[in-house]
Parts: sequence; C-alpha cells; structure tokens
Amino acid sequence: MTTTLRPAPGDTGSTVEILSVQQALNRALADELDADPRVLVFGEDVGVLGGVFRVTDGLQARFGSDRVFDTPLAESAILGTAVGLAIAGFRPVPEVQFDGFAYPAFDQIVSQVARYRYRSRGRLPMPITLRVPSYGGIRAPELHGESTEAFWAHVAGLKVVSPADAHDAYHLLRASIRSPDPVIFLEPKSRYWQKGPVDLGNSGGADGARIVRPGRHLTILSWGAMVDRSLKAAEVAAEDGVDTEVVDLRWLSPIDTATIVESVGRTRRAVVVHEAARTAGLGAEVATRISERLFDTLRAPVQRVTGYDVPTPSGALEDEQIPSVHRILLGMQRVLEYRRG
Amino acid sequence: MSEPTREQEREMYRFLVRARALDVELVRWHRQGIIPGFPPSIGHEATQVGAAAAIDTGRDFVFPMYRELALALALGVDMRAYLANHNGDWNGGSFDPVAAHVTPIQAVVGSNGPHAVGWALGQRIDGRDGVALACIGDGGTSQGDTHEAMNFAGVWRLPVVFLVTNNQWAISVPVSQQVAGGSIAARAAGYGFPGVAVDGNDVLAVRAAVTDAVQRARDGGGPTLIESKIYRRGPHATSDDPGRYRTLDDERRDGGEDPVIRYRRSVRERGVIEESDVAEVDAEAARWVEEIRLHLTTLPPRGGEELFTDVYEELTEDLLEQRAAWEESTRA
Repeated sequence: MTTTLRPAPGDTGSTVEILSVQQALNRALADELDADPRVLVFGEDVGVLGGVFRVTDGLQARFGSDRVFDTPLAESAILGTAVGLAIAGFRPVPEVQFDGFAYPAFDQIVSQVARYRYRSRGRLPMPITLRVPSYGGIRAPELHGESTEAFWAHVAGLKVVSPADAHDAYHLLRASIRSPDPVIFLEPKSRYWQKGPVDLGNSGGADGARIVRPGRHLTILSWGAMVDRSLKAAEVAAEDGVDTEVVDLRWLSPIDTATIVESVGRTRRAVVVHEAARTAGLGAEVATRISERLFDTLRAPVQRVTGYDVPTPSGALEDEQIPSVHRILLGMQRVLEYRRG
Repeated sequence: MSEPTREQEREMYRFLVRARALDVELVRWHRQGIIPGFPPSIGHEATQVGAAAAIDTGRDFVFPMYRELALALALGVDMRAYLANHNGDWNGGSFDPVAAHVTPIQAVVGSNGPHAVGWALGQRIDGRDGVALACIGDGGTSQGDTHEAMNFAGVWRLPVVFLVTNNQWAISVPVSQQVAGGSIAARAAGYGFPGVAVDGNDVLAVRAAVTDAVQRARDGGGPTLIESKIYRRGPHATSDDPGRYRTLDDERRDGGEDPVIRYRRSVRERGVIEESDVAEVDAEAARWVEEIRLHLTTLPPRGGEELFTDVYEELTEDLLEQRAAWEESTRA
C-alpha cells in the first residue's frame, strides 16, 4: 500500500476535479507543455483536429504549431523524428494513432529509441513519451484494437505504463513526460470517456503498482481497461463472501514486484487478467515472479485470464476475446477451489 | 562557394591518406584476429573527406551509417574510440557524440534519415542555423525510412543534406537491381527539393556540392539530395566475398581511377604538395596507424558491470537484482 501514500515531487496540495480519462490526458499534456518549453507534441492529426480521440484538443491553439504539430502519415518517421529531436535536447511526446500502427515504427522504437542511451554511454538519453491509444473494446476495425504491451516490456531501455482511470491517466502521463527514459504510454481507449475524480495537486505516487481494492482471499493483478472489469468481478464475488484484492500494475516495465509479492504473500492466491493473447504475454511474467518468490506460500497455482492466442478479432468477436467479468470469476473460482492432488 | 586554401587541400590529402592506410590495415587486423569484423571504406574516401570539409561541427550534426570512417576521421572523431564499434568494445563506438556532433555508428541502413530530420526540425524550432547531414547508401535508398525522411524534410523544408553514396553495390546486389528509375538524384524531384549527382571520386567536387547544399539549407532553402557516384573497391565487409558476384576484371573496369591516387596526382600537378611531402604524409599515416594498432591490441579487459549501466538513467530493481546475480556468478 505504500505507493498509494507516497507524496510525489511537484504535488501542490489537493485539487480534485471530475474528468474523463481523455480530459485528464489532455490536461496532463497542457500542464507539461506549460511547465517545460522543451516538450513537443506531434503525430498524425494531433494539431487542428485535436487527435482522433481529441486527447490533444486545443493544444495547438494554445501552444502554437511549433510545439504541437501534425506530421505526414508515417509512423516510423514520427518515431525517428522523435529520436532526432531528443538528440537536439527536446522532450518529444509523439503519438501513433492506434496500437497496430506502432508496428510500422517497431524498428525505430526497439532499435533506436530503446538503445540510444546505452549505445551512447548515457550521452544521448531519449526522454520520449510515445502515446498509443491501446487495447480493444470499441468495435474498431482491424489493427485498431491490439494489446502490444508484451512487445515493449521485453525491450531493455524502454519503460511501459498503462493507466486505468482518470486520476492515473493525468499523473502517469506527467510522470512519463518527465522521465529521463523513453516511455511507451498505453492509453486504454475504451476508458477514454470514463469520468472520475482527479486530484490534480496530489498524485498519491505515480510509481509502481497500486492496490485499488484491498482484500484477503485472493489477488487479481491487472492493468489498463481490465482493472475496471476486475473490480466488477470483485464486487460480484463479494456477494458470495469472497474478499478480493485488486492490484493495478500500472507500470508494465519495470514491474513493481514488491507490491505484487506483498499482496499475494498475504492472500496466497493470484489471478492475472489481461486482454492480450496468453502465450508469452505479461501474465506469464507476473506468474513467474510470484512463483519464484512465493512458491511455498501459494495455496494454488497462479491462474491467467487472458485473450486467446488468436489475431485480435473483429468487433463482432471482440467480446469473446477480451476477458469478461464471467471469465474472470471462473479464474477466481479455479484458485479458490484448488486442492492439491 | 569558396575555393579551398592550399592548407585545406593539404589537410584533405592527409585525411585521404590516413583513412586509406587505416582501412588497409584494418582488413589485415581482421585476418590477424585483432578485430572481429570491419566494413572497409576503400573507395569512399574522397566523398567522405570532401563532405567533411563542408561541415561545421560547431553547429552542424552528422548522422553516419557504418561505413563513414574517413568522414568521422576528417570531422575530428578519435579513431580509437570510433573503432570501439568494430573491435567489439562498444556498440556504436565509444566517442562522445555530443562533443563530436556525430551520432554513434548506425547498423540499420536508412534509419538515420528520420533522426537527421528530427534534429533539423529542432534547429528550426530553436531558431538556429545548423544543418543535419544524413549518410545513406544506394541500398539504403530502398528502405522505407529513407523515403519517409525525405518526405518529411521536403514537406517541412528542413535543413537536411541527404548524402547518398552510390558505390554501385549493396553487398552483392548491383545498383541496377536495387534502384528503380535509374537515378537516385532524380528522386529528389518527387520530394520537391534539388537532387544533385556528383563524381564522388573527386574530393573537390564533393566538397563543392556539399558546401552549396549546406549553405542553401542554412539560408532556409531546405533540403538537398546529393548522389555521390563512386565504386566500392573492396568487399562490403570482411565477411563478404565479392568473388561470388563480380570479377577482378569487373572491379578494374568499373572502379576507374582510385580516388586517393587521383587526388595525389592533382595536388602534385598543381604544386599543392611536393614529392618530398608525399613520402612524409605516407610515413606520418603509417606511424599514426601503428599507434592505433598498439591501442587496439593492448586494451584492458572490459569490466562486466558496464553491462548494466546506461540502460536507464538509474538501475531498476530488476537490473539491481540481475547485477547482483552477475556479481555472484563472477565469484564462483
């Protein structure tokens, strides 16, 4: 629980507003553009239009087209341009419009952005925050609903973060932009219009994982849009007397192992929930960390509730792929009813 | 553009000779097991030394590939640190890219074009007059990133000079099988900026072309594509076997006059350098190369803990744990 109480640098005292995730992200970008003249926001349609999800709405009008600008349509060059701007001493905040369109930029992200600090022996850090509207849930067309986190989390030199609510959207984005290292910022697009309280002046800590619901019987470990669904499953289970703890990992690289171990060490049962395909997904990483540290403590093998190992399906089949509350409950049931053979 | 002074000409000649001497030795050192591999720049010297003479590293920034040894040398990069890339000591070389205004050596052809564009955009935003030089080969022009970079630079009219060294071969594939349309320089028209073809074996011609392009970029005139036509006079890299795809007769016929010999003839004929100086420049280059050999062969073993530094600004918990495991493994 320590991460929820830790004061963050820059916290100025409590100022709570009700904002949607999309508004919170917009506010975070505006506040960072305001705070640091070296911050630049760019990508496809982020200027006049304000982004296809309006996350950059009004920023060009306020900060000018030198600071917030549209690029030609080319994801690799958007990331390559970010590398050059970082070399020139800027803090680039590029956007690729949808998760699947990060794939054309894969080389620039993993071969260039991730490695530049290392290969230049620290002389050329890459304080780049790549914003990626991510995951499914909005019936979008092909390659507009991918879960890419495991690709990036596997790459040394990158950091990966994914907010689950408006408060974290605001503070995690600000923390990412201020990070001296490159951050892949995965925005759960199905949550863009979800409103919630945002304490603008008090982050509550933007590092590590966060226990969003305390409980005693088992721990659900999740991130992004799946946190809300895990909380719903916890509510349903509570009706049957099951007291579920829900941990929002938030940072998918580096993973906050301490908070995971602290929680599962108490509850002794764990379910990992993500909508990405199962094999070599981050659920495997989380489960391994738990078993490495808590093998003798666990009362059941760690269960995974995930997407299936299929290409991200079309909208009509999306609900079959993304873990439902029902599937999460079945996973919880498996760890609760497990008996040693 | 201004003509080079006699001293500038002598300096360019010294760089050509040094680069060639080092290149020839590096191939030998590979065979002797001193370095694991190397992409020779034999035949590229005139293009690179001529381009370097047009660059002001006080304000410009150079984005090389992996075959820009003579360019780096002529820009003042310490060759011992540069060669750290090729002797397996440090990826990208261990020179300071910020001090040198030269980015680390790049392995992915074409990917440096967008970097040059981003840096040039930064110059525009900051109101500075620096120019980015992006080094690309004929093979690199087939990469999507090269197109994207040129398109960005053209749309935004950025101060970028794309120096495409057309050495006729992308490893084993001749330029006729690599580049559609017959001309790299002509492609610039599609991006809305000038494309210039230059005899890349003529150091003065390259110096003039790059100087013009840099000046136009500095003055707000936007990018230029320079196609420097040369011939790769050796293998792509020490692991390559050109005998599989071309003959020695082909090389003699297509290579033309060696650019270093050509410039020596020119400076001799014009009285820029005396015959006695020629021998002295050769001897000086040989001494310099021997110093580098001594450096490479007496490098201390690398400290393994450097594995973990500079991945991030600070070591993560995971890396601290893994470094501790590494330390434990070294004690066993």
